[in-house]
Amino acid sequence: MSKTIEGLYYSQSHEWVKVEGNTAFVGITDYAQEALGSVVYVDMPQQDDQVNAGEEFGAVESVKAASDLVSPVSGTVVDVNSGLEDSPSLLNEKPYGTWIIKVEMSEPSQLDNLMDAKAYAEYCENL
Amino acid sequence: MKYYNKLIFDLSKPGRSGYSLPENPWGVTADALPEDLRRKTPAGLPQVSEPDVVRHYTNLSQMNFGVDTGFYPLGSCTMKYNPKINELVASMPGFSALHPLQPEWTVQGALKLYYDLSKALATLTGMSDFSLNQFAGAHGELTGLMIMRQYHRLRGDSGRTKVIVPDSAHGTNPASAAVCGLSVVQVRSLEDGTIDVGALEGLLDDSVAGIMMTNPNTLGLFETHVREIADLVHGCGGLLYYDGANMNALLGQVRPGDMGFDIMHLNLHKTFSTPHGGGGPGSGPVGVTSALAHCLPYPRVVRKNDGKYALLTDKDSCGRISGFMGNFGVLLKAYAYILMLGKQNVKNVGPYAVLAANYIKESLKDCYKLPIKGLCKHEFVFDGLAEDNGVTTLDVAKRLLDYGFHAPTVYFPLLFHQSMMIEPTETESKETLDAFIGVMRKIAEEAKSDPEMLRSAPHNTPVGRPDETSAATHPVLKYSDMQ
Repeated sequence: MSKTIEGLYYSQSHEWVKVEGNTAFVGITDYAQEALGSVVYVDMPQQDDQVNAGEEFGAVESVKAASDLVSPVSGTVVDVNSGLEDSPSLLNEKPYGTWIIKVEMSEPSQLDNLMDAKAYAEYCENL
Repeated sequence: MKYYNKLIFDLSKPGRSGYSLPENPWGVTADALPEDLRRKTPAGLPQVSEPDVVRHYTNLSQMNFGVDTGFYPLGSCTMKYNPKINELVASMPGFSALHPLQPEWTVQGALKLYYDLSKALATLTGMSDFSLNQFAGAHGELTGLMIMRQYHRLRGDSGRTKVIVPDSAHGTNPASAAVCGLSVVQVRSLEDGTIDVGALEGLLDDSVAGIMMTNPNTLGLFETHVREIADLVHGCGGLLYYDGANMNALLGQVRPGDMGFDIMHLNLHKTFSTPHGGGGPGSGPVGVTSALAHCLPYPRVVRKNDGKYALLTDKDSCGRISGFMGNFGVLLKAYAYILMLGKQNVKNVGPYAVLAANYIKESLKDCYKLPIKGLCKHEFVFDGLAEDNGVTTLDVAKRLLDYGFHAPTVYFPLLFHQSMMIEPTETESKETLDAFIGVMRKIAEEAKSDPEMLRSAPHNTPVGRPDETSAATHPVLKYSDMQ
């Protein structure tokens, strides 16, 4: 049974969003890291890149598979977690403590399309 | 398996050697080379005697697992036995001593063999012509897509940039399309694992170059709607590409050409018994219908009216995809295999491969989770153990090694979380299949009685659970990196 955290937003493609003001921190969920297995590489966008909700912004490679990262929100990337370049395994160790990109949201109302912790946990149960 | 963990460098003793060079009568030394090209420090080669070398590599080879040492049910790989007569044929000096730049009139026999093999493959698949110049399956896919692109281009239809790929496809399919400069559109599978024809229909328009399909698909299921799919794709002006990865299930029974495919590749190292994987180079011949023959890569081998063979460069060709004529030694082995089987026996390959897979599936479905029920073709997928007590597919795979079997393909396809993909091939006896079934049942029992032991398996192999993460992120590839 994978963990969820209250207060975050969740996407069907297993990204989480933590909101602070107009800034969204985006990472992958515990369910995602468990399904992927040991992460060996994270392909990330660059600062100032635009991301669009529902479109890929990078990829995670694990010993089992490579999987696209899909942005839950639209906006501008204001920071990327450069720590993941050397330690991609942080995504396995602390999935909710490791954001991948920080986005200045252009349409915060898109958050309404995402799930809360309870809905996401149910969604995972049925996968 | 014997434990042996030395590197050839560990055996090195200064001054020891396994050779003696003849005296140098010309008196030429390294001083003849310009100063900046001369080595400043010794090369760091191992210094060993001949017995050291022979024992070292023999010991290493005994740590290996191959189809010559045991059952190898690696799904989607068709690890069938490689008959030794193939090797005999390929090592005949009349073939092995050929040079690829020899004049055509001196290699008529080799060209005839190339031609005859291409015709045999065309007969077995319902295609019109084959190119045998591709070095591997994915190389065949790339060539097939280049042919597809060239065909549309020659018709002046350059707006076709999309290739449709099912979500159950081998990863090489979308990769090949991307390398060919085409964009990939995914079509989803239905609950039963086959293509969602309704969803496909919605994707079809005049921007579609074609669709890539594997039939039977990655779940070992025959795409029963293939003719309907062919009509739909052809109806929008697209072409159908057949990935021959799973051809073993159909060999001698059903032909991709009859299903409506326009372009296809075969893996000689799967279906036609040439060594697969570390054992030898591959070969991925590409076949097309007569409407596409002019787009095949050059050079092609043609038979002239006087019965002589020649190399042809067609102006409409999609281009040259290999230096010469492919992995010719592999072609010889596949040719030997086809002739050894003969017309009657080749018809038994598919049915026996299918029978073996269904036998294992039915014998184990009470202790392993079977997500897709019913008759499979040459392979099938379990989704982990039937009883979930924390023992994973990886644990089962590792434990199999303890019992002397190679593990199946694990965690592929990605449609399930604990995939175990089993393909026994037609070359195994019932006794071997029963032994494998027995061990799989025993492991299912062990998962209940001693799960901890499974989680630390294997216990009897020289290497247990390598650290795959470090191996991927910090690979040590050279002796000097170990220092």
